[in-house]
Amino acid sequence: MGRDNLLKSLDYSVLQQCMHCGLCLPTCPTYLETGHERNSPRGRISLMRAVADGELATTKAFAEEMSYCLGCLACTTACPAGVDYGTLFEAGRAESERSGVVANPLRTFIRFFTLRFLLFRPWALRLEARLQWFFEASGLRRLIRRSGIYSVLPRRIGELERQSLPIQRHFSDELIRLTERPANGVRHRVAVLTGCIQDIAFSDVNRATVDVLLENGCEVATPREQSCCGSLHVHNGDLESAKTLARRQIDAIDPASFDAIISNSAGCGSHLKRYHHLLADNPAYAERAKAWSAKVKDISEWLVEIGFRRPNPPAAGVLPVAITYHDACHLCHGQKITSQPREILRALPGVELRECTESTMCCGSAGIYSLTHPTTSSWLRDRKVGHLKSTGASVVATANPGCQLQIQNGFARGASTLAKGVPRIAHPVVLLAEAYHAEKH
Amino acid sequence: MNPNMIEDLVGLLGRPSVLVEREDLIPYSFDATAALRKVPEVVVFPKTTGEVAAVLKLSQKHRVPVVARGSGTGLSGGSVPVEGAVVVCLVKMDRILEVDARNFTLRAEAGVLTQAVYDAAEAAGLFYPPDPGSMKISTIGGNVAENSGGLRGLKYGVTRDYVMGLEVVLADGEVCRLGSKCVKDVAGYSLKDLFVGSEGTLGIVTEVLLKLVPKPASRQTLLATYARMDAAAGTVSAIIAAKIVPCTLEFLDRKTLRCVEAFTHAGLPVDAEALLLIEVDGHPAAVADDAARIREICAENGATTVRVAADAAEASRLATARRSAFSALARMRPTTILEDATVPRSELSNMIRFIQETGERHGFEIATFGHFGDGNLHPTFLTDERDADEMHRVEAAMKEIFAHALSLGGTITGEHGVGLAKKAFLRGQMGDGSYALLKQVKRSLDPLGLLNPGKVFDP
Repeated sequence: MGRDNLLKSLDYSVLQQCMHCGLCLPTCPTYLETGHERNSPRGRISLMRAVADGELATTKAFAEEMSYCLGCLACTTACPAGVDYGTLFEAGRAESERSGVVANPLRTFIRFFTLRFLLFRPWALRLEARLQWFFEASGLRRLIRRSGIYSVLPRRIGELERQSLPIQRHFSDELIRLTERPANGVRHRVAVLTGCIQDIAFSDVNRATVDVLLENGCEVATPREQSCCGSLHVHNGDLESAKTLARRQIDAIDPASFDAIISNSAGCGSHLKRYHHLLADNPAYAERAKAWSAKVKDISEWLVEIGFRRPNPPAAGVLPVAITYHDACHLCHGQKITSQPREILRALPGVELRECTESTMCCGSAGIYSLTHPTTSSWLRDRKVGHLKSTGASVVATANPGCQLQIQNGFARGASTLAKGVPRIAHPVVLLAEAYHAEKH
Repeated sequence: MNPNMIEDLVGLLGRPSVLVEREDLIPYSFDATAALRKVPEVVVFPKTTGEVAAVLKLSQKHRVPVVARGSGTGLSGGSVPVEGAVVVCLVKMDRILEVDARNFTLRAEAGVLTQAVYDAAEAAGLFYPPDPGSMKISTIGGNVAENSGGLRGLKYGVTRDYVMGLEVVLADGEVCRLGSKCVKDVAGYSLKDLFVGSEGTLGIVTEVLLKLVPKPASRQTLLATYARMDAAAGTVSAIIAAKIVPCTLEFLDRKTLRCVEAFTHAGLPVDAEALLLIEVDGHPAAVADDAARIREICAENGATTVRVAADAAEASRLATARRSAFSALARMRPTTILEDATVPRSELSNMIRFIQETGERHGFEIATFGHFGDGNLHPTFLTDERDADEMHRVEAAMKEIFAHALSLGGTITGEHGVGLAKKAFLRGQMGDGSYALLKQVKRSLDPLGLLNPGKVFDP
């Protein structure tokens, strides 16, 4: 545990920026759930300010409130005053952890194991994923499920088991070479970040990202020694680890060597663009971090920026397909990117893009929120799936692995009652890669 | 607080509807007014008029003050808790009870959001005009209690002009239904009007019956920029002189423009000294005529540019941008104090000049925007509540601005209410006779002084 109250040491003007007008309330999922001010952005900011002012101690209830916040940042899109809620939220969660009010031995162990062990060591995460893949592929998982053991264990465990990641047979480094060159001349040089979850559960998205970049004249480097971006760490109150990971990342990938550093995971991208903020007080890194943040681009942002090539319809013709798009919070609120993914989807041959109600509302995935707050998470998931269903689209596009899993789970749960079947959930870049591929067949 | 009060509240409403923990209460210690705070003792969430009545009976029994609250977006401190108060938060009473398209009325519980009222009317091809800046989250009950205005006041008036009936719970828990669906109804005193703008000091509004109007068939939005503030004011006078009544005639100064554009990226011209946002609505032919005439008038009065919004989506973006002005100004300094001194519109240029001079004289920044068409200005003091010296100067400047507004035949508040923020100035505006009358009304309806005590005037 550190010594200083992290909210007291925070720049007070960030807290003062909130003039409590309330315009954030209608966009906040947790306020919508309870109708209580405490569960709203301005309510939480008032609690943080009370802690900073010494009017409130860092209590268990305070820490629980910080943890109840999804960190979806919808409030930052709604806020005319420009409150930096992201920074407040990170400080609030870090202060909760520092104070130790919610600590217990199991929680401390799990935090250490995931944040400081697995996510610090790519080999460990991959080993864990390999074991899980084996568990699935060998039929052991089915066997255990069929044994009925989950019906005698607490419900939470069965729930967790259902939410476990689908692991890919091949991880990114088996699918992508260290450097790949476009066939028709190099116009840009970029580095691709493969992520943690994306790497083990959606390595196909990483492959598709590289394919699409190659199609658009980018030479693609995929450095092997990249580490976890640290977004799960900042969102779970471990700022120190996040700083370490950010420094490692910058050491591994020199921003000066590339035109852009590409992320295809909204949650990572949103955090990767804040390295300058995270490392601002580190003289050895501050400058490079600034350069880093400026170079990080979401794949859709970059493709639109360089004027990506619209795929031609295949010679054999295309079947019309209805696609709807779910805005991942950390793309639309965290990075304010909403038009670019849509532009990519509209460019696909035969596609009709159908907007869905509340497309910018959180799906409840929110990092590890589905594990920590299953009730709120599943309420949001079902609300989201309901809106997606009513578009009648057969493909749901979304640009974040957490959202993809959450929405997949949501549809899978309702599958038995669903007459028209489960739509395909896919990253826009995967659909674009397929369209380029289809041109040649 | 009397512990029996809390016990009785829990017995009445159930534990989940009664908040008493400090972490739950601190977020109810303010509304959207700067620098006013008081942590309440308890916050309750009644779901029916019967429950509100029962809470008020308990308040009488235990002699505990009650402060009614909606979404807490008020701008005069009307819903800021008072010492030892129960906050009665009405947001769970959020049902629209009826949209009567044959009589053009809408009946709703007090906690329904203003936006939901607007949407329900629109779905029936009708229109609810009052549109306060916070309409996406403000409650209709709060709008009635503060008699909120908005961007369309010039042509359509304010909340009062749309209240046909109310259900009100009195201090002793008695439930009264006032007004009716009849366009003409002169039975007895117009008591509903007593409660509109009463800021929770005379009773708690639990249900409203609103007048709707047919949705205008056509709308057009214009944007005119100016290199000088006077030219913008001159344009407004000329539009009115031409006997044109736009539904919206909004003004933003340079500081406000820059903040709003930084938030909305709506494409506002940030190098202009002043901007007018004008909307005309009605029959398509009349709208086209008025819009054309307004364009001429803008040009004649020295507008640097005049632009017409391409479509409804752009017009709505511009109106939303304007509604964010107050909050967006918070980008400039830590504390943003919004006022709403209002003058007869013939005195606008005079008032605006005075506001600018006053800011300069006291050495701090005032941004000004507002509803030019109806003379309702929003001088916004950009300051820091932690700088005691500057706050003194802000106070002095505020006094001067109110005094000047009154000397021009204006009012200390056009649409935000008196609450806590302006009660020191009310007597000066009303004069002794009518000020005493206010108190007399209060005493007869709330003899124990338990309804939002200390708001509007000191007991």
